[in-house]
Amino acid sequence: MSYGMMAAFQTPEELLAAVRAARTEGYRDMDAYTPFPIEGLADALEAGPNRVPLIVLLGGIAGALVGYGLQYYAMALNYPLNVGGRPLNSWPAFIPITFELSVLTAAIAGVVGMLALNGLPRPYHPAFNAPCFNLATLDRFFLCIEARDPAFSAEATRRFLEALNPTEVSDVEG
Amino acid sequence: MAARDSEPPVIRPGYTIASAAREIGDLVLRRPIGWPWLMGMLLSAGLLTLLAVAVVVLLVRGVGIWGIDIPVAWGFAIANFVWWIGIGHAGTLISAFLYLMRQRWRTSINRFAEAMTLFAVLCAALYPLLHLGRPWYFYWLLPYPNTMWLWPQFRSPLIFDLFAVGTYLTVSLLFWYVGLIPDLANLRDRAPHRFQQLAYGVLALGWRGSARHWQRYESLYLLLAGLATPLVISVHSIVSIDFAYAIVPGWHSTIFPPYFVAGAVYSGFAMVLILAIPMRAAFRLDGLITQRHLDLMAQLMLAMGLLVAYSYATEFFSSWYGGNPPEWTAFVNQVTGVYAPLFWGTLFCNVLSVQVLWAPKVRRSPVALFVVSLLVLLGMWIERVMIVITALHRDYLPSRWGLYVPTFWDWATLCGTIGLFFFLFLLFVRLLPIISISEVEKLVEEGA
Repeated sequence: MSYGMMAAFQTPEELLAAVRAARTEGYRDMDAYTPFPIEGLADALEAGPNRVPLIVLLGGIAGALVGYGLQYYAMALNYPLNVGGRPLNSWPAFIPITFELSVLTAAIAGVVGMLALNGLPRPYHPAFNAPCFNLATLDRFFLCIEARDPAFSAEATRRFLEALNPTEVSDVEG
Repeated sequence: MAARDSEPPVIRPGYTIASAAREIGDLVLRRPIGWPWLMGMLLSAGLLTLLAVAVVVLLVRGVGIWGIDIPVAWGFAIANFVWWIGIGHAGTLISAFLYLMRQRWRTSINRFAEAMTLFAVLCAALYPLLHLGRPWYFYWLLPYPNTMWLWPQFRSPLIFDLFAVGTYLTVSLLFWYVGLIPDLANLRDRAPHRFQQLAYGVLALGWRGSARHWQRYESLYLLLAGLATPLVISVHSIVSIDFAYAIVPGWHSTIFPPYFVAGAVYSGFAMVLILAIPMRAAFRLDGLITQRHLDLMAQLMLAMGLLVAYSYATEFFSSWYGGNPPEWTAFVNQVTGVYAPLFWGTLFCNVLSVQVLWAPKVRRSPVALFVVSLLVLLGMWIERVMIVITALHRDYLPSRWGLYVPTFWDWATLCGTIGLFFFLFLLFVRLLPIISISEVEKLVEEGA
């Protein structure tokens, strides 16, 4: 079964123009593959909301709560120890660890969240079947219109992509 | 934007995306092992062996093999810990803070600076562990439900330290690895041998450069940079609180957190230059790490040096103006006492020698810059030793004054961690791209 139709372009500008043309043409299920991030590309693909910032924020809040809670429980509830008559809940002294733990969990949540949302690790993906796809990490910019798109048709999509001045158009096996 | 147009190019003009990416990737994939690398490896492996011996002897005979005793119970171990972790800080500041400030020249140096951070923090983390006396009980520092029904003392800076260093190591590793993922995919796609393809392929997690992935990746990278910047400052502030919490004259000072952070970043910039200058010559990277990079690094180092000098001045002033006799006595002892050479050495290396960087000619000369960086690194080490030893060896009670003399094993452990650092760094240079490929590709595309 075909996964989609892949077109390769030489510059990011050509790729961006192709993505915009494909959207006007009515294609929705597509993805672009580039060696480095290109400004505006995700917007042009209407990639949807980016949830990474929210995950990082929630991770940070969780870490702060757990960090402070751990210290409060240990120092004030579970094993209260009177040190020079200072309050058991000596919050200023608990701030450094609360901060460190909130940074730690925010960072871990962010990395795990980014990978999970991206569906990585994923050693195999049909896109790798496209010829010259190894240039997607070097200097070639790919657009793939996927076969699951209702507007997809092997001949029409190929003709549409070929009109955009790509270096190559290929049918990618799924 | 007019300001950007008038900026001189970040890397040498004439690169294409492919040629820049290949120049970096081939260093790992195709370059044969050279004599300089082999000699460096032999030397650092030798020092690493020395470290192994020193650690085994320490585990068998205890911390008494070091020169530490009461009153100077901290000695080299803690000074080296502070020094190493400080070296790491410049790596994070270069990769995170300069990223937030949109300094595009950071691209050529952030990757190996991050690796430097990681290895320096590893070296640092060894010292407090070994200094515990019975390192195999290190987990007693962690809060876990145990049969002794005890908790670590969360109000103690030493426990702050554990969390700070642990977080710093983890976040530095994550930041470094996230930055590496697209480059690992690049190496996977360029690798000539099956084994390399497999190894880099596994590490790249199947990265394929999807635009949706890039979007999440970029926002994560920015957020990690935003998290790492205050983290760095918190880590060395906490390290300084280890000292400042105590009422020991010479330590009990509110200037310590900023003073320690400035010194840390200062020594780290010196280490970045010490790594960059030979690497640039050995791998002929002068197109990617240009004169301009060295110049900017030198300017940053000079700026940090001035901050450090200002911190010294503030400290000296407050011990005079504070009107606290023990504090003043400690200062006089520091300047004229038995450890006075450390004080004057610090001033010479950290304040005086760096002033030559005002001259643009010096900033553009790799050899001169290398020598100044070595002096700064040495000066920062002397300073850390001075802070630890001179304050401890004479506190309030003259009856408990004493001296600290480092033993062979103190020096062996110090040289050993230097060996460990360079051993890991030389491995890194062979196995992973020392410059961020995807970022350089973007830089070339933008016509920098």
